[in-house]
Amino acid sequence: MESWRLHKRLFAGVAAAPVFWLLFFFVVPLGIVWLYSFGRNTGLTSVEFSGTFSNYLRAVEPLYLQIFGKSVLVAALTTVLCLIIGFPVALAIVFAPERWRPVMLVLVMLPFWTNLLIRTYALIAVLRTEGYANSAMGWLWGGASGLKVLVGLEPLSAWEPFELLYNNFAVIVGLVYVHLPFMVLPIYAALDRMDKSLIEASLDLGAGHWRTINQIVVPLAAAGIWSGIVITFIPALGAYLTPDLLGGTDSQMIANVIERQFKRANDWPFGAALSFILMYAMFISIAIQSMRTRPPAPS
Amino acid sequence: MTETFDIRDLATDRRSLLQRFGAAAIGISFGGALSACGETPEEAVKIASTGEEPNLNFYNWDTYIGDTTLADFKAASGTAVQMSFFANNDELFAKLRGGNPGYDVIVPSDDAVVRLSKSGLLEPLDQSLIPNFKNIAPEFRDVPFDPKRVYSMPYTWLVMGIGYRKSKVKPAPDSWKVIFDSDQYKGRIALVSEAGDLFRLYARYLGKSVNDLTPDLIKQIEPMLLKQKPNIKAFHEDNGQDLLLSKEVDLVLEYNGDMAQAMKEDDDLGFIIPKEGSQLNADNLAIPKGAKHPKNAHAFINYLLSAEAGKHITETILYPTPNDAAKALMPKEYRDNPVIFPPKDVLARCEYGTFNETLQPLYEEAFTRVRAA
Repeated sequence: MESWRLHKRLFAGVAAAPVFWLLFFFVVPLGIVWLYSFGRNTGLTSVEFSGTFSNYLRAVEPLYLQIFGKSVLVAALTTVLCLIIGFPVALAIVFAPERWRPVMLVLVMLPFWTNLLIRTYALIAVLRTEGYANSAMGWLWGGASGLKVLVGLEPLSAWEPFELLYNNFAVIVGLVYVHLPFMVLPIYAALDRMDKSLIEASLDLGAGHWRTINQIVVPLAAAGIWSGIVITFIPALGAYLTPDLLGGTDSQMIANVIERQFKRANDWPFGAALSFILMYAMFISIAIQSMRTRPPAPS
Repeated sequence: MTETFDIRDLATDRRSLLQRFGAAAIGISFGGALSACGETPEEAVKIASTGEEPNLNFYNWDTYIGDTTLADFKAASGTAVQMSFFANNDELFAKLRGGNPGYDVIVPSDDAVVRLSKSGLLEPLDQSLIPNFKNIAPEFRDVPFDPKRVYSMPYTWLVMGIGYRKSKVKPAPDSWKVIFDSDQYKGRIALVSEAGDLFRLYARYLGKSVNDLTPDLIKQIEPMLLKQKPNIKAFHEDNGQDLLLSKEVDLVLEYNGDMAQAMKEDDDLGFIIPKEGSQLNADNLAIPKGAKHPKNAHAFINYLLSAEAGKHITETILYPTPNDAAKALMPKEYRDNPVIFPPKDVLARCEYGTFNETLQPLYEEAFTRVRAA
């Protein structure tokens, strides 16, 4: 491939559209929101840009820090669960027979073709008190009770449905469900590039399966695992729809607070400050990730 | 440096740029659709009687118009109505705040009428173009949130109350206490997630007017909400009737119109307005500043206020109508339904909440604290 330096005009032609896009639809609007975060409401629709830090000071009050903390916890738990579930899935796809792999990958990606809102409503139908999960368990319970009667035992007590919806459990289930593909795909990509003869060598040389995974597979797939963690954690941290629709009275996350500042409270400067704190946190985590995946400098 | 800048000025530029891009995209898709339908260009440029191009952009709540109303209007006037939806007044305000993106008729609630008109985002109505205003019941012709109806025409009105499952809630509730201040139905209650409504109704429960709220009263109500929180299953997004229908909860804070719809599907549901009184809401038709088709908009509003159109709309949405002529055309079951039209003495204890821009952030902060605790 030739260097872009040799074809500057061609390069400029190709790059102009994306650069324009990035500038006008990302950098400029974001810059305006950033300016808001140093502003103050002076009326219903006007913001005075006063360069004040009071929004940031308010955003680091214990109330909001606690919500930030909770959001980080929820996102971290989601990421860990996605990793625990996603890694074996990726491993299974990599080692599946060649002809099954595309099918399995499509199955992982299939939920992306459906709108998040629809998937979340589907989860409501599954999780609610009279939903599919509870009726399936109720049916099994009834069956077990019937079996006991059949062999002459006392029937089980009446089925009590679980409270699966409108609590933090439902939020975690929803977030893991939505973000799982973000974890599976990068790990799959990393594992797929791996030289499988290394695994054979490890097993031949006497390492067990567990040790082979720990010491050979995981280090080789580390870059994929880290990108999986980052691209799961970041959207999970900003989750808004899931806690709103599936959560209970205490399930609000920071994105819900930000939304209410922009809409109901009509306090754009404060909402902007909260969003930018979230953004700074994300920049930092991306920076850490890129430092980790940078190839080690030759010594 | 203290420089005041107006979002409207700033955003109009950005928006008009966006709009040009949007217009180009829409132009392409429309062109495709038209040729596919085989519609001739002559039909597309037909002029409506108002002298404006026969188009109108209607920004409405979802499921808030008759099934055939827009088609009927097109048949009558030749004006095609494009309808899009907003989910709450905050979304409506956020859309208009940065400059009208092209809407001709909007449906703000009572407090939103104040918020929008105070912000200079509404066009005063020309009542001479809306003769059907005469169909409106007298009590809705002059209302506190829009004296003399300068900016808005009545579309529907609502009142908040308690929806409940009769077989599970005995005796029938008669006070806000059962959902605001009692653990009798622990975990079987859903309240609205609109902080302002909650605080206003708590004020009513405490024997105050919904407009008596002060920062001190908010401080007094916050611990009550906090104490009640363990008994509440969810703060719902105005879908309390669905939570009742799916038996997720047995008691919800909801609007009478939504409950009337749900009660058609399930006989076991009931609705009451607590004895302490409640909050009235009204949805209104208005024309935002910068509307491209103001004459069509007036014609459309006038059409919606006609007896026939009002009847069709009411048949579909089952909300209380402020339109006496339309109500007269409705069947007896609707007119005499005590959920839709609560008795006069009950309504006498209900009042409109006044929009208060300084309290809104306080409601939100207190509610955020309650939810975070």
